[in-house]
Amino acid sequence: MRRRVLPGFGLSLGYTLTWLCLVVLLPLAALAWKASGIGFEGVARLFTSPRTLSALKLSFGGALLAAMANVVIGLVVTWALVRYRFPGRRLLDALIDLPFALPTAVAGIALTAIYAPNGWLGQWLVPLGIKVAYTPLGVLLAMVFVGFPFVVRTLQPVLQSLERDVEEAAESLGATGAQTFLRVILPTLVPTLLTGFALSLARGVGEYGSVIFIAGNIPNRSEIAPLLIVQRLEEFDYATASALGIVMLAFSLLLLVLVATLQRWTRRWAEPAT
Amino acid sequence: MKLRPALFALAATVITAPALAKDVTLLNVSYDPTRELYKALNTAFVADWKASHAGDSVTIRMSHGGSGKQARAVVDGLPADVVTLALAYDIDAVADRGLLAKDWQARLPDNASPYTSTIVFLVRKGNPKGIRDWGDLVKPGIQVVTPNPKTSGGARWNFLAAWGYALKQPGGNDDTAKAFVKALFQHVPVLDTGARGATNTFAQRGMGDVLVAWENEALLAKREPGGDQFDIVVPSITIVAEPPVAVVDKNAAAHGTTEVAEAYLKFLYTPQAQEIEARNFYRPRSPEVAAKYASQFPQVKTFTLAEVFGDWRKAQAKFFADGALFDQVGPGN
Repeated sequence: MRRRVLPGFGLSLGYTLTWLCLVVLLPLAALAWKASGIGFEGVARLFTSPRTLSALKLSFGGALLAAMANVVIGLVVTWALVRYRFPGRRLLDALIDLPFALPTAVAGIALTAIYAPNGWLGQWLVPLGIKVAYTPLGVLLAMVFVGFPFVVRTLQPVLQSLERDVEEAAESLGATGAQTFLRVILPTLVPTLLTGFALSLARGVGEYGSVIFIAGNIPNRSEIAPLLIVQRLEEFDYATASALGIVMLAFSLLLLVLVATLQRWTRRWAEPAT
Repeated sequence: MKLRPALFALAATVITAPALAKDVTLLNVSYDPTRELYKALNTAFVADWKASHAGDSVTIRMSHGGSGKQARAVVDGLPADVVTLALAYDIDAVADRGLLAKDWQARLPDNASPYTSTIVFLVRKGNPKGIRDWGDLVKPGIQVVTPNPKTSGGARWNFLAAWGYALKQPGGNDDTAKAFVKALFQHVPVLDTGARGATNTFAQRGMGDVLVAWENEALLAKREPGGDQFDIVVPSITIVAEPPVAVVDKNAAAHGTTEVAEAYLKFLYTPQAQEIEARNFYRPRSPEVAAKYASQFPQVKTFTLAEVFGDWRKAQAKFFADGALFDQVGPGN
């Protein structure tokens, strides 16, 4: 047998597989097993129901939009944190992680308290016709809130290691500020931005705790897919709940694979720039 | 799912509790708004048991959560000795898994519900919108807050109360009731998942003109800071909400706690316990205690679930099952 370069390969691979089985595959298998109870006809009925479709649309559409918003805001915030020195920078840096640490229900209650018609911001926004709490916009806001740190934290180390002399070289060769950003800096950041996007998206799709407080939860309007699952569980209908869960997983997987492909592709595209 | 580790931890503590015959631990799995109630009841029962069984001691552990979620936890293995939930349907679900006899509700007096409540309205101070009865809830411009009956046991009582009101109007039948409930849910801007959530949306977030709520929740909200912002309105007719209790036979037998568990539930019917229940805003079954607290609980015309809907299994299938009436007339339709 050929000697492996890495010592302990067998052990570490065995450990990895066992662990993956225990924490990922086994629960997924249980989910599939529970879902098998409703049969193909049940699945078809479930996924032609307008209510299911509108909930899935809100969960995935909301998470996509939130992830996009987070990429833009996250880039700006990370840029400011990495490139500039200003008083309170460290505090701001620490604050970014807060949505990680906060129980999501607390986040939902806090956001609702601010945007409800009698809240700090709500009392000014609602008379202008901008309703945030208890509308799909509120769902989006909660998803932006919980996904935001993912973009900043993935981007930060990359931006820190980005060498400034590359920009200086571009500048000395006559590139404008916009050209330097679009053709030199952005290409190197895109793969990381996509990672942040994927993480924020995944978080938004599965988010329950913070969203239900601000969503209003009206069927066909502001009801998210995880809430549909909870409702099925309340009816002791484990099979349908699991089937919904599996579809959400499959769809998420598809999106994540898509992002990963895009990432590989952009990385190749980024090569010549670095 | 996040509850699981906590449940296992709880299960572990219960199982490893000293197995001495004289040291008994009961696990009472209850729903959300009974925290204060059972804290007081447990203290009284422990003292009572000690007095009548010299040398014995009993400890009662509590688990609180949404009624349906709690029932699922027991089905999935939470070792409850007794369940004290918001509606019989949730205990039926536990019985369907063979954990207790299907006729559990006949084993204790009064449908196995030692205390009751009823469905009332909480309105803003001075009742600015002049809400007096169910019919006022569907007037133009009125916003109603009630939780989602699909996720909240309490909200199912709300729904049935509204349905029963419509049925009992002159010329009332299933069609008029359906039309009324449909109109009612057009006035609901937010469907919270639980009763406490709905109370918060109404009381803290300032949403809506009227909260449809359990009387005990409404009375509690009035006692809390800021409670003077609200008035309670009792409608012309409403439902008797019966939160039932039962010993989980299989678990109690396995733990050797059947005797204490049965005594515990019987204790809930004693005058002493009925007083505690009344003080915690639940309507006592005992006429004497009820008379004593008459000022707290206004006279109200009521109907029971059994009179109008038969039983919970029927009500569940007709109204709250997937694709059933609530899905047809609920908000968003």
